[in-house]
Amino acid sequence: MAKAATAAANRKPIIEPQVPDFDRLIHEKTRLAIVSALAVNPTLTFNEVKAILKTTDGNVSVHTRKLEEANYITCRKSFEGRMPRTEYALTAAGKRALEKYLGHMEALIKATRKGSE
Amino acid sequence: MVKCFLLMAEDPLPIHEHALENLRVIRETMERAGSFTSIPGWGGFFIGITAGGAAVVAQRAVADPKAWLRTWLIEAALAAVIAAATMAAKWRRTATPFMSGAAKRFFVSYFAPLIAGAVLTFTLAHRGAYDSIPALWLLLYGSAFVSSGAFSIRFIPVMGICFMLLGGLAALVRLPAGNLVLGAGFGGLHIIFGFIIARRYGG
Repeated sequence: MAKAATAAANRKPIIEPQVPDFDRLIHEKTRLAIVSALAVNPTLTFNEVKAILKTTDGNVSVHTRKLEEANYITCRKSFEGRMPRTEYALTAAGKRALEKYLGHMEALIKATRKGSE
Repeated sequence: MVKCFLLMAEDPLPIHEHALENLRVIRETMERAGSFTSIPGWGGFFIGITAGGAAVVAQRAVADPKAWLRTWLIEAALAAVIAAATMAAKWRRTATPFMSGAAKRFFVSYFAPLIAGAVLTFTLAHRGAYDSIPALWLLLYGSAFVSSGAFSIRFIPVMGICFMLLGGLAALVRLPAGNLVLGAGFGGLHIIFGFIIARRYGG
């Protein structure tokens, strides 16, 4: 019992990395990928987003709608001949959210590395 | 107790590994979204084979520079058809949109040196300076891939540099030898890089 107490006292304190307050909206992988793809393209069509993410129509619809509701992306619907065309673009708020999220991730990794040293 | 068990059963990733994973998702998505990946590897391979044939035919016609030039221009037209057909097939197969932002940036960078090459070919042929054409073609074709490679897969700029190196070599020799260097470039390099791209990037 005494041995265990000494060992516990000698053990290095465990530094828990501070878990930042994540933006839950873009923490989800599909939404994170949509925002990332739009960060390197001024606009992307629905089909382009689908091809880049290699996902289904339904998935793209659901996640882009959530991002649109949060004002992270804009959606513009038009017609190309008779074909409907949906085009997405990242808003300034979306860009800020991605940058903040990247900062959080980097800080978290740094904190973990510091803690394990 | 139940909660603890559930957590162990799920075996969750440590949070920093989750962060690394998410950073990987961001990086890979940005690379994919910003790159034109529908380079037809098999198309390049077949262009290499036809260019090898064209080099043999052109070597026989080298005494008549106009016939030599005609042979290569026919090959260029054939190569354009092969490239367009195999690229369209790859687009359809991979369900990639026909003209993404990355594709537009790729083609603008790709065609600018080729248009310059076409104009200079006309000028050089008009002046009878056929000896300079192999170097011109290899250097400008290579520079087309070096510049457009910024928006595509990493093998493209490497291929461009190889074409430019052969272009430098072609600039040192006159036409019969220049034709062989042209064959090594449009034939050999297309076959090698076409095969690598086809194997690594899905056709």
